[in-house]
Amino acid sequence: MDITIIKPILPEIVMAALACVVLILELFIHKKETIGVFAILAVAAVSYVIPQSFGSAFNGMFISDGYSVFFKFIFFINLILAVLISIRYLKIERSEFGEYYSLMMFATLGMMIMASATDLIVLYLGLELMALSTYILAGFIRHDRRSNEAALKYFFLGAFSSAILLYGITMIYALTGTTNILAIASQLQGKMTTQLILAIVFLVVAFGFKIALAPFHMWTPDVYEGAPTSITAFMSVGPKAAAFAALGRVFTTGLIDFAPDWRGILIALSILTMAVGNILAIQQSNIKRMLAYSSIAHAGYAVIGVIAGGAEGLSAMMNYLFIYAFMNIGAFAVVIMLRVEGVKGEELEHYRGLAKTHPLAAVLMLIFMFSLTGIPPTGGFIGKFYLFKAAVGAGYAWLAVVAVVFSVISAYFYLRVVMYMYMHEPEGEPAALATSTPLGLALLITTIMVIVLGVYPSPFLAFARLAIG
Amino acid sequence: MVPLHWYLWLGSLVFCIGMFGFLTRRNVIIMFLSIELMLNGVNISLVALSHYMQDLRGQVLTLFVIAVAAAEAAIGLAIVIALFRNKPTTHLDEIKEMKG
Repeated sequence: MDITIIKPILPEIVMAALACVVLILELFIHKKETIGVFAILAVAAVSYVIPQSFGSAFNGMFISDGYSVFFKFIFFINLILAVLISIRYLKIERSEFGEYYSLMMFATLGMMIMASATDLIVLYLGLELMALSTYILAGFIRHDRRSNEAALKYFFLGAFSSAILLYGITMIYALTGTTNILAIASQLQGKMTTQLILAIVFLVVAFGFKIALAPFHMWTPDVYEGAPTSITAFMSVGPKAAAFAALGRVFTTGLIDFAPDWRGILIALSILTMAVGNILAIQQSNIKRMLAYSSIAHAGYAVIGVIAGGAEGLSAMMNYLFIYAFMNIGAFAVVIMLRVEGVKGEELEHYRGLAKTHPLAAVLMLIFMFSLTGIPPTGGFIGKFYLFKAAVGAGYAWLAVVAVVFSVISAYFYLRVVMYMYMHEPEGEPAALATSTPLGLALLITTIMVIVLGVYPSPFLAFARLAIG
Repeated sequence: MVPLHWYLWLGSLVFCIGMFGFLTRRNVIIMFLSIELMLNGVNISLVALSHYMQDLRGQVLTLFVIAVAAAEAAIGLAIVIALFRNKPTTHLDEIKEMKG
């Protein structure tokens, strides 16, 4: 057999094999940190294979191109940072099992397949692999009722959305006789039919569930609050980015001839998402819940990139997700630091006077909150800037204005955390922080990247532009 | 021979029954059954289309859907059992630790 035909899928094969190795290692290794380190080494091994992987395989069902590789790097960053912040946290939650890391790797594998899929069947399989692993991870703290509930809600709405996705795929298959995303465009020949509108709506709904676009966001706050914090960080970036990769691929290649039709739907959803995310976040007192609404709002911003379309819009969306990975996981890393034995550390009250008791943690949270708001010189500003620039360039200046208005509203709840930390006096005995070397490393990486991306973003922007080609 | 659109109507009917059940019932097991109905509605349509178009893709996808549905059932029931150990109920309205 010719080995070169499997070359494009080699990173995925390596990832799958190493995830199985991690699963077996769990039986022999009692120090679970070692398994976490092994998961990070596995990512290094997979990244090593990626540069030789470019090309298409299996009759054009699977492709490794710049677009998918860029997303794969987002998934790797997501996995590495999530593993780093998990190591101490799992001990505190008394849920230290090696399967945790293996499931994270399988979820990442699913995301990689989604980003690379050029066939709807492969896309579906990648999506399910990712989703099934994340359902388990959301319920990983088995003795915590909130974690069970999060897993149940995530499972039901996730399974419902994948059934809808399948029906959308069926309709497209009925219309075109193919499931290949590239062939769909040539088969449809720009002919608009009622069934096609229905198929587009079904696909938007299914991806909307995964990305958490309003009005399909209802599961997000509960799931993000109940799931282990490290997993909340993991799934607020990875699965979201993977769904964006698939959305971008399906809509801007397979259904590009119908752009005016799906653009209208996406614009409406984007505005609604920004409104719901930013306005409902204001009344949250639980910080994980607030970050859940914030992640809904950020999905609303990122969709603008797909609406703007073209190389400009897509690369702006990719950049945004890249920057978002660092700032969001950074914020969750600080939340995790406040979780110690006996103290949940999730309520806004716990941040009262943090600047006096733990100045460094307060400064880090300040940087991430500024970045999430989009205040220069942080990465969040650059991400939003290029996204809105792409929208203006594509003739959607009014949409950019709406997005700016909503990010001004978002300043209220992000900066409220800062206010609690700096303007309030600490109450009672200050609780200790759950610091550890891996967590410190994750915070160091995220802080440096958020600032570097804000001050000197050009190499990263050029990378995304190059990836689009 | 039975015309294709009969199968497609049957598929969409099963899908819609599943969707209706999912949205109206509040027992987690019944909701789970409804999702399986939705998937099987898709399967009927896919196999019928595949047969009439003389193309194997639809049947391949059906096989994958069945396999994934089995995995989904295992995980879904495991989650329900994990929940049941902490709170013995299968009614969704009683599962409400988080609000807001």
